[in-house]
Amino acid sequence: MKSVTSLAQQSVLRTSRMKVWEPVFWLLALASPWLAQQHALIINEIAIVALFAVSLDLVLGYTGIVSLGHAAFLGFGAYAAALFAKWVMPDPLVGLLVGTLAATVLGAVCSTTILRGSDLTRLMVTLGMALILYELANKLDGLTGGSDGLQGVVMGPVLGRYEFDLMGQVAAWYSLSVLFVCFMLARRLVHSPFGATLMAVRDNRLRAMAIGIPVHARLAVVYTTAAGVAGAAGALMAQTTGFASLDVFALDRSADVMLMLVIGGVGWLYGGVAGAIVFKLMHDVISSITPQYWTFWMGLFLVVLVMVGRERLLKPWTWGRT
Amino acid sequence: MTDTRYVLQTQGLVKRFGGITATDHVTLNIAQGARHALIGPNGAGKTTLINLMTGVLPATEGRIVLEGQDITELAPHQRVRRGLVRTFQINQLFNSMTPLETLAMVVSQHRGLGGRWWQALGRDTSVVVRCEQLLAQFRLTDVMNQRTEFLAYGKRRLLEMAIALACEPRVLLLDEPVAGVPAGEREELLQTVSALPADVSVVLIEHDMDLVFEFANRITVLVNGAVLTEGAPQEIAHDPQVKAVYLGHGEDTHV
Repeated sequence: MKSVTSLAQQSVLRTSRMKVWEPVFWLLALASPWLAQQHALIINEIAIVALFAVSLDLVLGYTGIVSLGHAAFLGFGAYAAALFAKWVMPDPLVGLLVGTLAATVLGAVCSTTILRGSDLTRLMVTLGMALILYELANKLDGLTGGSDGLQGVVMGPVLGRYEFDLMGQVAAWYSLSVLFVCFMLARRLVHSPFGATLMAVRDNRLRAMAIGIPVHARLAVVYTTAAGVAGAAGALMAQTTGFASLDVFALDRSADVMLMLVIGGVGWLYGGVAGAIVFKLMHDVISSITPQYWTFWMGLFLVVLVMVGRERLLKPWTWGRT
Repeated sequence: MTDTRYVLQTQGLVKRFGGITATDHVTLNIAQGARHALIGPNGAGKTTLINLMTGVLPATEGRIVLEGQDITELAPHQRVRRGLVRTFQINQLFNSMTPLETLAMVVSQHRGLGGRWWQALGRDTSVVVRCEQLLAQFRLTDVMNQRTEFLAYGKRRLLEMAIALACEPRVLLLDEPVAGVPAGEREELLQTVSALPADVSVVLIEHDMDLVFEFANRITVLVNGAVLTEGAPQEIAHDPQVKAVYLGHGEDTHV
């Protein structure tokens, strides 16, 4: 089957082929908790938000569903994993699975709300969903600890061997591994015929319907899948910090992850990862210089990014040209 | 009521938008392998009729029968799977993809691979072979790797039709295929229209009478949402009612 590859087949397969820099990137990423031990905590955080960004890119970048409430799934996964660890069993991998499944189920239910309507109505519906969950977690304080957050979550060792350490190295490796696995699965998905039909729905929903794509089913499946991935990110967050608090549902979370996609570029899985790295590092560096005004500099950066354009910003040698 | 000679039939089809009747008890019989043109002045309800047949709009009354099966209640994508495919008067393309990617996606979807997520698009060699045929047939081979949004208008128009043919239609509804195509690119498009496979039944909506009389073997004239008359091209060309409609006396002869 692979022996007779025509020119056309080569060009259509080109986008899905692994680039040379990709293994290099992932090797560096997986080695980073060891290369930069003192920064393991931030590496862990970056890996988690990168996974969250990949999840949003599946719905926003590849399918064109605008969501301002993606934190609903992050938070749901986080609380599910934290509660599971506290009351059922402390094993991280089982907890990760529980958090992912819980968010997947929630995603399947919520997907019915995003099938119809314009971008603006979807924006409102997704935002509303996150607000509902936020308030539920706040009110059900017997279960969730309310505004104090869910405390006393003690995790067992990963794979029964690797205890979470205070430096955060194990946590970083754990999160990076989950990011890597989910990313590779998502990468397969977006380059498949299924992924191509998602892009068709994004580009032209009317025509997608007219060539036989079951548009509603596609939207529901991708939204549910993305919710599961966001739930995994939430579970990692709760597990590696031993804590789940209301802010996982907050609007800031949904907005931040959208900013990461804007920074890194939508409709390209590495864009979410790049955006997460840039956003988190900028946050870390700027807020250590000026803890109160870091959002000012962040805002300035975003305005410059949008005004100048990512391409030009990355290529200073083109600045002189018009 | 249903007849196996006819591949697509509408029976007493009605569409009302509030008080306006856009489609008024239209009964059409499209024969197997036909080249059937739908003509009529602006506002005659041609595009509404296409939208009803493809399921974009729900019918107020009446039935639509495809190869003996009632499809009136089916969703648009289900009708496509049964072989009823359309093109659009205004190009409806996937701008971020190349023609090759577009066709690979459509062919994969049509062959039931659209739900596959673990294999790369184009890994299936038979899909790519079909894409190459379509690209050659619609003269898109030399631009197959350009992003669709940057293609010339004539090429975009060809891709519009190639996408529909990639769905392996039994009945192809062409909504003004040469609309807006500059004279230089027109011939290429006309040739591909007349070279469509003989076993595909074609319903053509067109304002260009040269194309209609060259291409069609059956013509239905629509006026104010209703069928004025139907016949062979020679009959229609000499029909006084039709002449009156096209000379601007449509109101007097409305039936």
